Amino acid sequence: MITPKPAQLQPRYDVVVVGGGPAGLAAAVGARESGAERVLVIDREPEAGGILQQCIHPGFGLHHFGEELTGPEYAQRAIEQTLERDVDVLSSAYVLDVASDRRLKVTSRDHGVAFLDAGAVVLAMGARERTRGAIRIPGERPAGVMTAGFAQKLVNLGGMLPGRRAVILGSGDIGLIMARRLVLEGVEVEGVYELMPHANGLNRNLVQCLHDYDIPLHLSTTVVHIDGRERVEKVTVAPVDEAYRPNMAKARDIACDTLLVSIGLIPDNELAHRLGLRLDPVTTGPVVTSTMETTRDGVFACGNVVHIHDLVDYVSQESELAGRGAGAYATGTPTPPDNVRLTPGENVRYCVPPTITTDREHTVYMRVTKPMAPCTLHLGDVYKRPLRYVFPGEMVTLKVRPRFLEGFHGGSLPVSIVPREEGGSA
Amino acid sequence: MSDERHDVAGAEDDAHVSHYLCIGCPLGCRLEVEEEDGEIVEVRGQSCKKGEAFARQEHTDPRRVVTTTVAIEGSLWPRLPVKTEGDVPKDSVIDVCNLLHELRLEAPVTMGQVIAADVLGTGVDVVASRDLPRR
Ligand code: SF4
Repeated sequence: MITPKPAQLQPRYDVVVVGGGPAGLAAAVGARESGAERVLVIDREPEAGGILQQCIHPGFGLHHFGEELTGPEYAQRAIEQTLERDVDVLSSAYVLDVASDRRLKVTSRDHGVAFLDAGAVVLAMGARERTRGAIRIPGERPAGVMTAGFAQKLVNLGGMLPGRRAVILGSGDIGLIMARRLVLEGVEVEGVYELMPHANGLNRNLVQCLHDYDIPLHLSTTVVHIDGRERVEKVTVAPVDEAYRPNMAKARDIACDTLLVSIGLIPDNELAHRLGLRLDPVTTGPVVTSTMETTRDGVFACGNVVHIHDLVDYVSQESELAGRGAGAYATGTPTPPDNVRLTPGENVRYCVPPTITTDREHTVYMRVTKPMAPCTLHLGDVYKRPLRYVFPGEMVTLKVRPRFLEGFHGGSLPVSIVPREEGGSA
Repeated sequence: MSDERHDVAGAEDDAHVSHYLCIGCPLGCRLEVEEEDGEIVEVRGQSCKKGEAFARQEHTDPRRVVTTTVAIEGSLWPRLPVKTEGDVPKDSVIDVCNLLHELRLEAPVTMGQVIAADVLGTGVDVVASRDLPRR
């Protein structure tokens, strides 16, 4: 599905969405639903859909579309829903700057450099992968070291193989999925190495991507050196102790021509910095309100820009809300200010949004610091819910309904997740 | 790791224990299927019913959905993502991929279009995961 291009750019839009991945597409839908007339999505790729276009495996859409889809299928549905609502999508384009009066400087293949005014802006640029530089692997700088997601793009969109014999560092889902992908394309995968004492990816991916193909997973082990002049020739791996210090006495060399790193995502926030938005030190994304508005009026943010999601379905839901907020702002419909602050307590790293209102229902996303099972989620002393388990890799979602907050008249509510005795009352 | 593999085969008389990691939820229960004379006599380790069903399925008839790409000409990208419309026996996954990698398509293709019908006699069709218009 190649997205049609607008014949000409308007000088002014009600809502401009930066990023045409699942977040941006859903935000555009939300903006149209809340009354914005002219909505533009700006995307840097030649077609919209974002990372989903290269995620050819299934596992998407169970919550949002009620069936299991591959990434490209989810993308195509999201693009169709957006285009059905007369949203303009400008591809092969890049937002260079957003001024505080929401004037955007945009460069594109079809229109050169242009300035656009927006009634509201939605930041939906997604995330970037952490690279070798982020963890400072010593050694030479040969070709053949790349992020797992970049290798995925090479293989699945470009039809190119990254090498012949690969080592993968990091057991996140992208790394596991690429291990299988490379094997199916005839590339030898020597093994997956994980610094932590536990795997980071889903059990489903451990089974279906590693066990199925007898690819070994080495826990508490990391890459300590990269060798090769032009091209990777070998990497050195070593086990680590509890403080993650490598034991060089037990280091060993692995001959390979490719090292994929799958070591996490970070929100892409260059525009947020340029706009001077307040960022949350935990998520590293912009601080948002319950309508996903940032600390600058009329600038909204959603998806992996705000916090790293585990399911695209939640990205779509959160982003539609951001789009609605942006549409309401652009059409002059005021939304009541938040009057409840959610403060992370025991085993809660963060809550998004960090503030909510008592007058309507909110979906709050949170991440925990450590696994617990079984446990109880407490919202101050106004509400509690038993949970079978929580894991750091899996977002916890909580629908906060107005009736939970009856009799609560604003202020702070600590959110905590504490262990529950088996068989005890929640 | 390797030790674990060795003592599985021929542990006690004809009893044979196979190990599985349950993918039903993040708890990841370690499941054991005990078999005697080709019959499952016990499934252990699950914390819920889903685990037992999963272990039985994996033990007797493991199946997988296959996704890969097929070469295509005349479109934005040189590869078309495809998927099996249902699951196929796990043992056939590599053969299905190898067969698909021999194909050469021509754009346009639409999402859901059958790329390989009844692939390798599995009764399952391989379909396009997206539109790829001619450009
Ligand atoms: S057996 Fe049940 S509780 Fe255990 S991993 Fe499977 S689905 Fe989860």
